[in-house]
Amino acid sequence: MDVRRNWQDLPDAEGRFGPYGGRFVAETLMPLVLDLERAYREAQADPAFAATMADFWTHYVGRPSPLYFAERMTEHFGGAKIYFKRDELNHTGAHKINNCLGQVLLALRMGKTRIIAETGAGQHGVATATICARLGLPCVVFMGATDIERQKPNVFRMKLLGAEVRPVTSGAATLKDAMNEALRDWVTNVADTFYCIGTAAGPHPYPEMVRDFQSVIGREARAQILKREGRLPDAVMACIGGGSNAIGLFHPFIDDEGVRLIGVEAAGRGIDDRFEHSAAINGGRPGVLHGNRTYLLQNADGQILEGHSISAGLDYPGVGPEHSYLSDIGRAQYLSATDDEALEAFKLCARLEGILPALEPSHALARVGEVAREIGKDGLLIMNLCGRGDKDVFTVADALGVTL
Amino acid sequence: MTQRLDQRFATLKRANRAALVAYIMASDPDHETCFEILRGLPGAGADIIELGFPFTDPMADGPSIQKAALRALKAGGSLKHTLELARRFRETNADTPLILMGYANPIESMGYEVFAEALHASGADGVIIVDLPPEEDAPLRATFAKHDLSIIRLATPTTDDNRLTKVLDGASGFVYYVSVAGVTGANAASAGEVRAAVERLKRATDLPIAVGFGVREPEAARVIAQTADAVVVGSAFVDEIAVGARAQAAERVLRKVAQLSEAVRRARALEGTPA
Repeated sequence: MDVRRNWQDLPDAEGRFGPYGGRFVAETLMPLVLDLERAYREAQADPAFAATMADFWTHYVGRPSPLYFAERMTEHFGGAKIYFKRDELNHTGAHKINNCLGQVLLALRMGKTRIIAETGAGQHGVATATICARLGLPCVVFMGATDIERQKPNVFRMKLLGAEVRPVTSGAATLKDAMNEALRDWVTNVADTFYCIGTAAGPHPYPEMVRDFQSVIGREARAQILKREGRLPDAVMACIGGGSNAIGLFHPFIDDEGVRLIGVEAAGRGIDDRFEHSAAINGGRPGVLHGNRTYLLQNADGQILEGHSISAGLDYPGVGPEHSYLSDIGRAQYLSATDDEALEAFKLCARLEGILPALEPSHALARVGEVAREIGKDGLLIMNLCGRGDKDVFTVADALGVTL
Repeated sequence: MTQRLDQRFATLKRANRAALVAYIMASDPDHETCFEILRGLPGAGADIIELGFPFTDPMADGPSIQKAALRALKAGGSLKHTLELARRFRETNADTPLILMGYANPIESMGYEVFAEALHASGADGVIIVDLPPEEDAPLRATFAKHDLSIIRLATPTTDDNRLTKVLDGASGFVYYVSVAGVTGANAASAGEVRAAVERLKRATDLPIAVGFGVREPEAARVIAQTADAVVVGSAFVDEIAVGARAQAAERVLRKVAQLSEAVRRARALEGTPA
């Protein structure tokens, strides 16, 4: 039996990808996640739900995003043809809105009247606030006090969009603590509140649902490359924090055995026992956090470590459970790039392609050259340019020692 | 041992009173002060002890227990140290049930089999794992059965009748009723709500029912003790640790325990008399 044929069918009924995933939540939340799963199944079966999504994608988000031949990057590296999937051209500047749209439409369908979300860099918070403004729902975004200080423009954006940004001071006051606080809010406001999780992680059905909403990236890319080149690519690449843009790109290619799936984690200041990185797969081990079993940065006692990345969007100690599984079975490969490598790739892309990439996809860009050369001149490679770099100019200036 | 819990509840039933379940966090504010509190709990009136093991991300806990966990971690607290405290406690007290309470990851990290053996060896009686619902606790159940340890299951206001069957299947020791949808230490449920919930649970199980979350004051404990088999208090005790000098922390906590114990002990004697 070829078990690989079942890859598209994961997770199983219990929300498992092999040993990963599941529903590790407090009993108070169990009926809610079961209810969410029922509502999601109904929405999946309803053509009207898909039609509403498609309409918003076309006219509000700006999909399909282009598949762009990065000619000068290709020449520079001298290997496979490099294509960028331009998800940074979406409304709000990143792939995050694909998922928010799906979840908030589902919340409306379920009769929920209040949306909560967590955010690290602020991209998911901005995307959620955007959709909530458009659909007329109140939105509360939990954000670590440390991140609020680091990401002031996005905080102001969320407020302009009518969201309440609630500072989180518990723990280290960053993304994982914001997620803890959102879960505490949800467990308290069980009747009216929908928790819009920003990545393909959390209790089942979130990893599956977020993946499905983000899979529009891979579906488009697959059709676009077939139309343009008449064949499938040799590899698809994306950066990995929680991994929602990556799983969205990977998933429609998962049964195409000739297509390599390559994720790139944030190696921060290097992957070693100082844990100054956010590479959960390359530098962590399996554990349970935020509702799922997955690779995590943790110490010998199972305490969660903070990690580090120059990119706030990758700065999370875990990873979506499906990536943990794809790594274990060898279907996907997970590389890493340091802060410095990502910065170099950021500068290179700006100069060669006239595109300021976000620091998140700059990590994937940092490994694109090697992979392109490895595949060779006749090959094809697609990298998801999942966010634009406008939000990062202050961080980049700071890292380059420039005062603005 | 499940036996220690069963015996404790049987004794209390004969005495027609509810149990006070006292929660403290292991290694809060340090190993030795915590041991001093632990050792003093039965004398102060705790009938059952819940010993929390610290976790960096206590997502179902309010500010009091979050802070307690941070203090404990800062003092070098861990699951291993928690088991050591349990073992030292058992040397001083043979009859008072002691349950560990916390989150799944430190146990995952140690390994379910290793943990079950260590728990058994420490003389503790069972666990409450907040983020390990019945759907996910099969590995724990398998190893606990071998060692006669209890898995205390949680029921909540959102647990409907269908789900209750699932929650009770495999439960032992007692059932912990989380009386409000929320985090630990938040507002308490009303007397009427608690009474209705306890009656519903009693129809579904013969296990004793403990009620917790939001019980901070003697009056709230007294009202719950009239209907439930046990009252769980945690945040009110751990708050006492940080409000003054560390040298008197144990004294403050034990004084608070005595107050709550007094209220629980008098609850049914006073039943029917105007409040």
